[in-house]
Amino acid sequence: MIYAKRRKRMSTQEHNAPIDLESGKYVKIWQGPQHPGITGNMALELVLNGDEVVDCKTHVGYLHRGFEKLMERRTFIQNFPIVCRIAVPEPTFNEYLYAAAVEELAGIESPQRAQWLRTLNLELMRLASYLMWLGGIGASFGQATIYQWTVTHRDYVLDLFEEMTGARVYHMYIVPGGVRAGLPEGFEDRARAVLDGVERLLNEIEKVLFKNVVFKARAKGLGIISKEMVDPYGIVGPNARAAGFTRDLRRDEPYLVYDQLDFDVVTGTESDAYARAKVRHQEMREGIRMMRQILEQMPTDGPFQAKMPNVLHWEVPAGETYVKAECTRGEYGYYLVTDGSQYLRRVHVRGPSYTHAIAVMEKLAVGTNIADIAGLMVSLHTYPPEIER
Amino acid sequence: MSNDPKSIIEELSDHYQISEIKEQKADLLLLKIPKEDAVQFIRELRDGQNYTHLAFMTVIDYIESGIFTLTYMLHNYAAHHNIAVHVDIDREQTEMESIHELWVHAATYQRELREMYGIRFPGSPRLDDDFCLEGWDEIPPMRREFDTVSYSRERFFDREGRITTDPREHMKQIMYPIHTDND
Amino acid sequence: MTTKDQSLGPLANDGLSPEERDLFSDARPVPYQPYPIEVVEKFVNWVRANSLFMLAFGTGCGAVELNPLMTARYDAYRFGFQPRPTPRQASVFMIGGYASVKTLKRIIRSYEQMQGPKFVVALGICPVNGGMYWDSYNTVNQFDLYIPVDLYITGCMPRPEVLLAGVLELKKKIKEGRADGHNRYIENLDWYKANQKRIIKNWDMPDYSW
Repeated sequence: MIYAKRRKRMSTQEHNAPIDLESGKYVKIWQGPQHPGITGNMALELVLNGDEVVDCKTHVGYLHRGFEKLMERRTFIQNFPIVCRIAVPEPTFNEYLYAAAVEELAGIESPQRAQWLRTLNLELMRLASYLMWLGGIGASFGQATIYQWTVTHRDYVLDLFEEMTGARVYHMYIVPGGVRAGLPEGFEDRARAVLDGVERLLNEIEKVLFKNVVFKARAKGLGIISKEMVDPYGIVGPNARAAGFTRDLRRDEPYLVYDQLDFDVVTGTESDAYARAKVRHQEMREGIRMMRQILEQMPTDGPFQAKMPNVLHWEVPAGETYVKAECTRGEYGYYLVTDGSQYLRRVHVRGPSYTHAIAVMEKLAVGTNIADIAGLMVSLHTYPPEIER
Repeated sequence: MSNDPKSIIEELSDHYQISEIKEQKADLLLLKIPKEDAVQFIRELRDGQNYTHLAFMTVIDYIESGIFTLTYMLHNYAAHHNIAVHVDIDREQTEMESIHELWVHAATYQRELREMYGIRFPGSPRLDDDFCLEGWDEIPPMRREFDTVSYSRERFFDREGRITTDPREHMKQIMYPIHTDND
Repeated sequence: MTTKDQSLGPLANDGLSPEERDLFSDARPVPYQPYPIEVVEKFVNWVRANSLFMLAFGTGCGAVELNPLMTARYDAYRFGFQPRPTPRQASVFMIGGYASVKTLKRIIRSYEQMQGPKFVVALGICPVNGGMYWDSYNTVNQFDLYIPVDLYITGCMPRPEVLLAGVLELKKKIKEGRADGHNRYIENLDWYKANQKRIIKNWDMPDYSW
């Protein structure tokens, strides 16, 4: 209906003609960096014809701290507290990947219990991050109540983190060689209670958001990623799964203890903003299922940290490796090069937003109504800090 | 077409000068290719061998030997296998063929490398636009000769009262006053 | 103070081209003059402190803890504190953590567009002395060289409880008439501008964004 009409209009738009800003037909506006409808601190330079976007350029770099440079001049253990600061809403993936890469190069094996604790930590992080995202997609389509609910429930998940690691946002929990602590007494029961609460919330959101007429009318048909687009644009994660690709690193190349867990890879067919939201909503349920299994099967005793060399004189042998994990947005990777000294030669952090927020966004924004740009942006799930680091 | 990475490389060695092949782990293979053949080789891997995903491209600065080593990380979704293609380029004559026609997002990586290392990729779209920095007039900051500490001290001024200690010396004094073995 | 400003003359707007210079005001901002009757000023300060409008600009990591602060669990609305989307309607600038040089330029523009009297709260340790990024080539180490900060809330991250305490502290300062960053900025405008221009190399905006 409505979205069919929109799709038709998009196809009739002539994109090939050069845009003459002097003609008076177009207007150029900036969305961001100071704008509530933008994910984080970045900017879109939009050219409008009426209320339709005809050209989009992404501007990033507002959060650039030069992480890769800073990490080259810190020792291996000094890097461990700063890696988590690369991506604010999902610090744990950075910690895990850095630890995994260093362990691989230094030949350290982390104990079995640490692997389970790491998996639990990563899955909790995924849940917290998705909750924040769900609030974002609700708010950007005018459903601010969803935002109130999910951010509050995210806070309950952060309470679990605080119990587990001692910190709410930057946990610094996964260290090279294992994790920093075991679980406190009674944690399992409290975790189950929070998971039950989140599951109830998801059921409600299913009714309030996904069956909402306004949300359906606006999100369906918005920002369609075609199957042919996925590989040339390097689209990964839920955005690719919503387009029908069953690609999930947790299943394809299992790391940690994912091969011992039972879960489904959620896919969609429509590949629009609605389908992407649906995929993520379903993935949260899978995550909760996984965490229940972890709490059930996790060994409760044994060491959680491997024996480490003296970190003050720690030299990692020369080598290079690339480790990756499935974060909420797709393949997140660390590429480490060492030269046998106490410092890194090079580290490169590969974040999925790198392509989602720039190349993909610039393509999808063309032909979209200006009012839907915020929703489109959120539906791609982008975090600027991992683009510019 | 075989899916085994080793046989793929053997097959391709007939046409390309592949060196420094190393199997880092079961799903990661490192190799080096001369600069002239690199883009053709990557195209061959993408079109002929199903390495359709460019995870990232980056560069490693070997200042002591005067070279930049470009790394292209390619991924095969069917075989779940990664190949890291290394290409050496001269640190002074920093120019490399662009791969933005193979992958759209490669253009963004090339923009970043242009800004952070000063490597030119002729033909890549929006190459000279600002990426992360704005109004930068020093040497590209990720090059190893660029000293970020003195730059920060000169421009941004440390607040008075900041103490910097060498972590090793500090920890020796604070935590291990007696125990000082070097393992 | 006004006499001093007049003696300094209009702003130079050096960063703009001659054609652009006509489009922007070169007037100097005027400091806030308190009401001559003390009781009235106190009353006005009390009113101000109880309706604070925050500018929602997620400049750094600190912005992630503003979400819990503004939602059901911590609910800063209770204290007469709420976010606004545009600088024109805001009176409190919450700077969420570190600022890169590129962001600092936008922070200055946003700050100057706010209506006075205005207050700046900086979250996290990074605005104080650079924090984790003290040696980075792209982040600012001391914030108060560029923007007058009324209140620092340190920590990495500052928790929502701390942010609430910070809001209350800011209210106390405003009620006592001690939150004078707005006037400090205008009276020392040339010093602030010189500091800003030293690190922002492509200064292509007017000297004061009215």
